[in-house]
Amino acid sequence: MHPFAYVAPNTVAEAVAVLAEHGDRARPLAGGTDLLVKARANVWELDAVVDVKNIPELMSLSVNGDGLSIGAGVPCYQVYENEEIQAQYPGIVDGASIIGGIQVQSRAGLGGNLCNAAPSADGIPSLIAYGAVAKISGSNGNREVAIEDFATGPSRTVLDNDELLTSIEVPKPAANSGAAYTRFIPRNEMDIAVAAVGAFVQLDSSGQNFESARIALASVGPTPILAKAAGDSLAGKPVNDESIDAAAALAKDAATPITDMRGTVDQRKHLVEVLTGRMLRQAVERARG
Amino acid sequence: MVATFEPKTDYRVVGTRPIRHDGYDKVTGRAIYGGDMKLPGLIWGVMVRSPHAHANIKSIDTSAAEAMDGVFAVITGADMPKAPSKLVDLGEGNINFKWASNKLMAAEKVLYRGHPVAAVAAVDRYVAEEAARKVVVEYEVLPSVTNVVDALKPDAPILLDDLVGDDLGEDVTNTNMAAHVRHEFGDVEGAMSSAAHTIEREYNMQMVHQGYIEPHNATAHWDEEDRIKVWTSTQGAFPARTQIAGILQVDVSRVKVTPLEIGGGFGGKIPVYFEPIAALLSKKSQRPVKMVMERTAVFETTGPTPGARMIIKLGADANGKLTAATADIWFEAGANPGAFIGPAAMCVYAPYEIQNTRIDGWDVLVNKPKVAPYRAPGSPQVAFAMESAVDELCEQAGWDSMQFRIDNASKEGTRRGDGVLFSKIGMQEVLDAAKASDHWNSPLGDAPEGKVRGRGIANGYWFNIGLKSSANLAVNADGTVQLTEGSTDIGGSRTSMAMHVAEVLGLDAHDVRPVVGDTESVGFTDVTGGSRTTYATGYACWQAANNLVDVLKERVAILWDIKPEDVDFNDGLFSSKAESAKTIGFKELAGKLDDLGGPANSTGAVDLESAGDGFGMHIADVEIDLGTGKTDVIRYTAIQDVGTAIHPSYVEGQLQGGSVQGIGWALNEEYFMQDDGRMANSSFLDYRMPTSLDLPQIDTVLVEVPNPLHPYGVRGVGETPICPPIPAIANAIKDATGKRLYNTPMNPGSIVESLK
Amino acid sequence: MTTNFPSKVHITTTINGQQHELLVPGYMSLLDTLRELIGLTGTKEGCLDGNCGACTVNVDGRIVDSCLVLGAEVDGKEVKTVEGMATPEGLHPLQQAFLEEAALQCGICTPGFLVAAKGLLDNEPSPSEGRIRHWLAGNLCRCTGYDKIVRAVQKASS
Repeated sequence: MHPFAYVAPNTVAEAVAVLAEHGDRARPLAGGTDLLVKARANVWELDAVVDVKNIPELMSLSVNGDGLSIGAGVPCYQVYENEEIQAQYPGIVDGASIIGGIQVQSRAGLGGNLCNAAPSADGIPSLIAYGAVAKISGSNGNREVAIEDFATGPSRTVLDNDELLTSIEVPKPAANSGAAYTRFIPRNEMDIAVAAVGAFVQLDSSGQNFESARIALASVGPTPILAKAAGDSLAGKPVNDESIDAAAALAKDAATPITDMRGTVDQRKHLVEVLTGRMLRQAVERARG
Repeated sequence: MVATFEPKTDYRVVGTRPIRHDGYDKVTGRAIYGGDMKLPGLIWGVMVRSPHAHANIKSIDTSAAEAMDGVFAVITGADMPKAPSKLVDLGEGNINFKWASNKLMAAEKVLYRGHPVAAVAAVDRYVAEEAARKVVVEYEVLPSVTNVVDALKPDAPILLDDLVGDDLGEDVTNTNMAAHVRHEFGDVEGAMSSAAHTIEREYNMQMVHQGYIEPHNATAHWDEEDRIKVWTSTQGAFPARTQIAGILQVDVSRVKVTPLEIGGGFGGKIPVYFEPIAALLSKKSQRPVKMVMERTAVFETTGPTPGARMIIKLGADANGKLTAATADIWFEAGANPGAFIGPAAMCVYAPYEIQNTRIDGWDVLVNKPKVAPYRAPGSPQVAFAMESAVDELCEQAGWDSMQFRIDNASKEGTRRGDGVLFSKIGMQEVLDAAKASDHWNSPLGDAPEGKVRGRGIANGYWFNIGLKSSANLAVNADGTVQLTEGSTDIGGSRTSMAMHVAEVLGLDAHDVRPVVGDTESVGFTDVTGGSRTTYATGYACWQAANNLVDVLKERVAILWDIKPEDVDFNDGLFSSKAESAKTIGFKELAGKLDDLGGPANSTGAVDLESAGDGFGMHIADVEIDLGTGKTDVIRYTAIQDVGTAIHPSYVEGQLQGGSVQGIGWALNEEYFMQDDGRMANSSFLDYRMPTSLDLPQIDTVLVEVPNPLHPYGVRGVGETPICPPIPAIANAIKDATGKRLYNTPMNPGSIVESLK
Repeated sequence: MTTNFPSKVHITTTINGQQHELLVPGYMSLLDTLRELIGLTGTKEGCLDGNCGACTVNVDGRIVDSCLVLGAEVDGKEVKTVEGMATPEGLHPLQQAFLEEAALQCGICTPGFLVAAKGLLDNEPSPSEGRIRHWLAGNLCRCTGYDKIVRAVQKASS
């Protein structure tokens, strides 16, 4: 590991200034569960890490009438132990509660999961399905990016070297909506997804028909994927095996996996279809309360 | 030494469950493991490793590393003493010092990815790692070969130019085949052709790792007297000394090995990796040097167990009696010879009585790390093939596979596949216990929607070894006894040793204080391996305790002014044969020794042939998700003949731990090799060993058929339990899905594939 | 290394109830801070990438893998390790249960399991077997097959 300095600023402006000075040789440190592994393996050669956990706005977590705001440094456990989030955003809780083991969840957060930009990131599909947005601050001001556009490739994001993710904003889900996320792994915990699916559905007041749906996939492409056609296919359709199976088939088509040590192309596409069906049914169940 | 003993049952200490003596230090964090070693002036060593699986080293430039602040020494293959090509037995496996030396530090050629090419010692680990990155090595990359089929092709890249292969006694050169052995008995062809039912199948298994949680480590100091002191986590201080001295080309007496607490080994910490390198760095830097291996290197460069290709053919008569069997077994040795085809041949047919058998085994070099023993090395592989084939034969003929195993069970007098005749063994008792077990007589239960359930059974066998052990005893004035024994303690064996002594002397287990000695405080003792420790070192402790009784009888004779042979000893009480009311207890006598001749010490030393054959049967219930192919083990029982369980908790623990390693091997573990010879999954994340959430409770049934070769009837226990799980799960998967898998790992992808 | 920042960070931290003032290199893990600077070697190194749990410690009431925390990050925080579990009155009930249930073989994973299990029982005194297995999934043991570890945690539960 290349030796690096540690700095823990108290404001976004200070953090951005340090990041701007060092280019790609400085990185923000939140949970560290990816950063320190990559630094130790010399994947990233760093001169400085910028601990963001002393910056109050990056550590805030709030649920209100507008939606859910998750500071970029908030660890997973704070998300999944929050009763309001459990009630209103179960899809996000599904993802946050399976990242690593309990030890990792004490540190790792959805902000870091987003910035690490793994194709298999468990935190991202539900954020995409809920239509969440990333808030970014940088030397040239602030901007917002849709979560599905945030990762640009494995370990690559839209962030410039002088930019910092500050929070993730999730809109308040509509009435009669529900969401669910799962991944497939050979073990029961502590694994990287072979394939993963997050689904968000909004039903009509009868609970018998889809008004809209968003389906997001992970581990089946260079970044987590919004399977737009699959979700759109459900709009106006009755909730039944036919509509769900058709959406699952479209999700399978949206997957562009590779074969590697974790699974083959065929296995991953098959899993996307199986898991999409399961997650849509679970999301419907949650939407119906 | 071959003495036999009558079974006994009236034990005071044997069979109880005292708290282990070393437990207090281990639950409080005080116990010192290899990686915890600290010395004044200690510096850190780090290896420079090859990124290629097969390459010639063109040049090594260490100048930038040497110029770094805080760097004290850099060594390369040129600094390794030239060791002769000589084979030395290590108890479980053997070693050729030339190859062993090259394995630790490549001379001219790297043979597997991660092969060390240089080493750096610096003020701390971070500086050493940075310096290691500055060593510049130029390679000429060669084609690599990572499986036995490709390695034996005529145009295969050759790993060792100087290898002379042994093909049934004929010398072969320019080959990756180190050995081809054969065992043949009876009229195999005739019996096979007249069999009413036959089956022939091929099985393939990927290489897997022992997966101990503690990485390899070593601390060494080469002092001004030219003595080499080593502190390390090892399965045997004396075999480590043999290896270190052999690789460094010094007399064994110049090397002192102090075994520190060891964080798992399963066979993988019998070979040394760092110790001689740390010693050479110490010599060059004039400082004590410590090395701790990174996890990736543990996977990429230390002791996996062989991947295998196996073809089994079985023949049975119309009555369900096995009449003939053949086995062709190709094992991956890694970069040096030694793939455990010998043990595989000993184990493949062991649970069965078969008159006509043939075994051919091939030891094949590939560009992967040299294999090391892993819990019954070679046996789990052949158990997977044999026990799968037995079940499939039964399916084909319509036989009950439990009854078939009972009807064909080996017994006293049965000839093993390599020709050895069994003495008193417990295969039949194990099968009776399995058939009577709660698990076998309980229904599988209904699977939830979308899932299916199945049950599988399989036998397993390990022969267990004896070998050399030593122990010393000394009586304390307060009536306790100090025990120094030579077996490093991986799983609680110290307490079993103390229990042997306490049983003889009529003391409580905690009246005996056991310590593991270094190579200068106890006599030669072979590895903690081969399931020999409780058997052989326990035997030495028993012998030392009996010798101590003889010493103490002389002291009692002084006290009472009688002859030693007129003193009796029973249950901790010395008495006069002539005057039975005249007695003195062990503790009271201990307090009087100062006036009765002074210190009372004794020693025990044994060299034993076998620890008694170990047989087991496991029952596995699985539940499989038909959508994802995921297998959950939902109930599991391990039944085994353990001889006599000295400390039943730790015997159960061996059965449970072995079962779970086998379950991991069956379902997910593998060396996933890329085309360039790189292991893609060299982390705990991707190697996928079972977690607590992946398992049910592991039930055990201890069958006790006392081993006549041990005073208390102990048999080797630790290795047998890793043999049945893989085929038991294969048979359970077949029962659940109707599809049989012939390759490991039997992971979700292959199950989904089989269901297409 | 840049000249803008000190190469070492001054921290004040409480470890097992005792306050320590330290100069920690910015890149040094909490694991190495405990083992190399303080000398508390009860916390073990297994993988250095957060996948075995052997280095589990408790920071401000949450269990973490100390290999994936920097020493500099525990400034002002309270760290508890296996060495802090026993009291003058005796072993922690988990430690006693691990001994009585033979829940360790080699013992290298034991400190991590003890600290992790304590983190569970501190907040949930009577967890189910399933909850125990889920909570401990971040701790690998290769010797025991987990059976006796789970039983020991159950025994120490109220």
